[in-house]
Amino acid sequence: MEMLNIKINGKDYSVEKNTTILEACHQFGIKVPTLCYLKDINEIGACRMCLCEVKGARGLVAACVYPIEREGTEIFTNTPQIRKYRKMNLEHLLSNHDKKCLSCPRNDNCELQKLCLEYGVDEEKFQGEETKYKEDKSTLHLVRNNNKCILCRRCVAACKNQYVSVIGANNRGFDTAISCAFDQDLDQVSCVSCGQCTVVCPTGALVERDDTAKVFEAIADPTKHVVVHTAPSIRATLGECFGMPIGSNVTGKMATALHMLGFDKVFDTNFGADLTIMEEGTEFIHRVKEGGTLPMITSCSPGWIKFCEHYYPDLIPHLSTCKSPQQMQGAMIKSYYAEKAGIDPKDIVVVSVMPCVAKKFEIKRDNQGRDGMQDNDISISTRELAKMIKTAGIQFTELEDGEFDPIMAIGSGAGTIFGASGGVMEAALRTVADILTGEDLAEFEYKEVRGMDDVKEATYNVAGIDVNVAVTSGLKNAAKLLDEIRAGKSKYHFIEVMCCPGGCINGGGQPIQPGHVRNFVDLREKRAEALYDDDRHLPFRKSHDNPEIKAIYDEYLGEPGSHKAHELLHTSYVKRKKY
Amino acid sequence: MYRSNVLVCGGTGCTSSDSLKIVDKLNEELKAKGLDKEVNVITTGCFGLCALGPIMVVYPEGSFYSMVKVEDIPEIVEEHLLKGRIVTRLLYQETVENDTVKSLNKTAFYAKQKRVALRNCGVVDPEKIDDYIAQDGYAALGKVLTEMTPEDVIQTMLDSGLRGRGGAGFPTGLKWKFAAGNQADQKYVCCNADEGDPGAFMDRSVLEGDPHVLIEAMAIAAYAIGADKGRVYVRAEYPIAVKRLQIAIDQAREYGLLGEDIFGTGFNFDLELRLGAGAFVCGEETALMTSIEGKRGEPRPRPPFPAVKGLYQKPTILNNVETYANIPQIILKGADWFASMGTEKSKGTKVFALGGKIEHTGLVEVPMGTTLREIVEEIGGGIPNGKKFKASIFLSTTITSSKSAQ
Repeated sequence: MEMLNIKINGKDYSVEKNTTILEACHQFGIKVPTLCYLKDINEIGACRMCLCEVKGARGLVAACVYPIEREGTEIFTNTPQIRKYRKMNLEHLLSNHDKKCLSCPRNDNCELQKLCLEYGVDEEKFQGEETKYKEDKSTLHLVRNNNKCILCRRCVAACKNQYVSVIGANNRGFDTAISCAFDQDLDQVSCVSCGQCTVVCPTGALVERDDTAKVFEAIADPTKHVVVHTAPSIRATLGECFGMPIGSNVTGKMATALHMLGFDKVFDTNFGADLTIMEEGTEFIHRVKEGGTLPMITSCSPGWIKFCEHYYPDLIPHLSTCKSPQQMQGAMIKSYYAEKAGIDPKDIVVVSVMPCVAKKFEIKRDNQGRDGMQDNDISISTRELAKMIKTAGIQFTELEDGEFDPIMAIGSGAGTIFGASGGVMEAALRTVADILTGEDLAEFEYKEVRGMDDVKEATYNVAGIDVNVAVTSGLKNAAKLLDEIRAGKSKYHFIEVMCCPGGCINGGGQPIQPGHVRNFVDLREKRAEALYDDDRHLPFRKSHDNPEIKAIYDEYLGEPGSHKAHELLHTSYVKRKKY
Repeated sequence: MYRSNVLVCGGTGCTSSDSLKIVDKLNEELKAKGLDKEVNVITTGCFGLCALGPIMVVYPEGSFYSMVKVEDIPEIVEEHLLKGRIVTRLLYQETVENDTVKSLNKTAFYAKQKRVALRNCGVVDPEKIDDYIAQDGYAALGKVLTEMTPEDVIQTMLDSGLRGRGGAGFPTGLKWKFAAGNQADQKYVCCNADEGDPGAFMDRSVLEGDPHVLIEAMAIAAYAIGADKGRVYVRAEYPIAVKRLQIAIDQAREYGLLGEDIFGTGFNFDLELRLGAGAFVCGEETALMTSIEGKRGEPRPRPPFPAVKGLYQKPTILNNVETYANIPQIILKGADWFASMGTEKSKGTKVFALGGKIEHTGLVEVPMGTTLREIVEEIGGGIPNGKKFKASIFLSTTITSSKSAQ
């Protein structure tokens, strides 16, 4: 490793050769502002916010893409000229920006707004013609408001990174706008609803569809019994919305807050995750023993499912027929719980809190729900829950820890790790191994499938059978495994795919961290660690050990894969077109 | 053998004032008079004096007819081509002195010009490879492939002092040297023919008037850096240029001057056109290459520079049309010859398109260092109606200093 002696703002430093100015500055505690830069996926140097001076260079340079190649390089990040140019850049951006900040969903969490404050811009400096776009509200999962778009291309890069690429720049110059081919609405193209674009958008141009009003309305309706359940990963991320460190586990505070919001029952979707393992594990054993389609691929992630339906419809038989934990939980609330509590399921409103915006699409899918009822009525994201908590004036960080409500209060450690890439596979292996060996195995941590590598693979000998597994997240990586299957070259028996890179902890509905955090902090690692830590401290760590799971099979479903289980907990998929 | 050659400008300027109809009329009249075996009509590229178009020159006399109309043709054929009497009334009047016709090179417009890049424009039929070959065309490629190493070629370019004519003025030899120094399984040679500055048509005139010079120069560049594929990115708004370039490429392939084993030396090079869709930014080198790749033409950060990662992420050189147009001459006449023209830091000549409120709207080529005042007031004929020259806008050039023009 070649080190170079450089100067930044007159001070001496030593950096590795070819480090970018942006990275070097970060190493030495200087934040250089960025709007377009996303490490590895959008390194285009287009927004010109990170302009810095390099002595001897022609003009100012974009710090995000300028590699430090020479000994003695002298860099300036904060001269009057640089401040002036950055400020002017911001004023130009604002000259064609819908500046309705007060009602903007990203107010207080907008990267453009923050920089404008830091640079003291005059939002009326450049006045004149502005482009006017109609909001695209065609989909269930997000709203695009191009009047707030600054053309940074982060969303385009995120979409491309997902191998979906349904958005890009249309038209030229002043009329340039990010949209779909031929300006079609998003519901007309093969968008998979992952919402990764909403997480990376620095402004309010791309936001989740806000369903909080419906939830408040349901809670206020005395004729409705409103039940909420929260996905495994929410406990590891919700705290970020209230300024808590990334990776804080807030299970107890979250349960308290949900009770305070007025939900009639607060359930844990970890229960649904455990239920999924019972069904999916059984399905896997069945496929192996009966010669079913292999590899079997997990089906928890609705963005992934939609991707498979659009882009690899021929591989649908590989998908597990299990509904996702959200859908299983909803189905059980409106059947098992409704019966036990003596409530007409038509009077129950099930609200799910998900790390995901594709879940908003999933709840309305065909072949889910029963008797004209959806399994879940409303799905909100982590961000929307935080908004509700704030609206209700609940001082989240001050709350005492509360508990989930029976009869879906308990989730095993296997359920909780669903939120991280590799978690479903590990949870399934914990159960499958016990079932096949007929033992309560003491070794049940499958660490090979954990972590943030693109594809993780392992071979486990389970009761004399070698099981080849692969775990991947992010659709770009999933596509590699799918291409192998298509080519008949896949060696795997069981594959876990999560739509979002890193799994649900990095889902499209998760708290938005600004570029300078995303670029330099491994969000996924920290959030995942919170879940693995949760797993280590839970009394039950295997799904089949969960006493509430045992109870539901004893009292209601019979056994995993039973006729009733199939009716309530399994689904089917449809072939969709690419265009 | 013909006893007379009639050259009619087929550049975009003259074409738009019906020069091609003049060609048709000429052929028709000549046939009617039975002169079609004696008089040869040639459609050429731009003569430069666009303000006086359509232009027609009759050799061997060198009579320069300007603002020719279709109606004038029967008279010119009858009087000049049949009876041998020049129609003085229709000549460019600056060439007429005391009833005698003086050489075009002695007129104010041409006297101070030095034509290197434009040497064949208005001279050859751009759609005939034989015309180009007759003007030493492809001799430079032959010399390079048979007598020079790639290092020799690059050294010649360095010694000549040729700098990029696209605007930035980067030394061409240095650019080639960088690309030659990078090892790769594939390299590319590209030409920027996306001339987009308002009012500029220097490159268009070369493409329309002398397309083979580009092919020859790109082949030389390919040999120098070790490439075997080339792309010309030409704007679709230049339909005549596109057509003639494609004809030239086809002819060069037919003659074995593009393709495999050129001149039996084992050197392979082939060339394809890519048409721009009218975005100004695609004149920027990284945007241009992105566009060739079939993507939206947007610039990408440098470094990496094209010499390292260019087209399809392979080492690439990209030069402007006018830059290429100088290269065969440099090879044939030597670096010293080229370096003898121009200023200390900028060698050779530069083509300028003159537009706006100026007498001789058109295209001129002058040695580097020529003052703005010389170009505007002497070559350009000054400002119409005796008005004073106050200011000018320079587009896409860094070269001519206005020593005397303030």
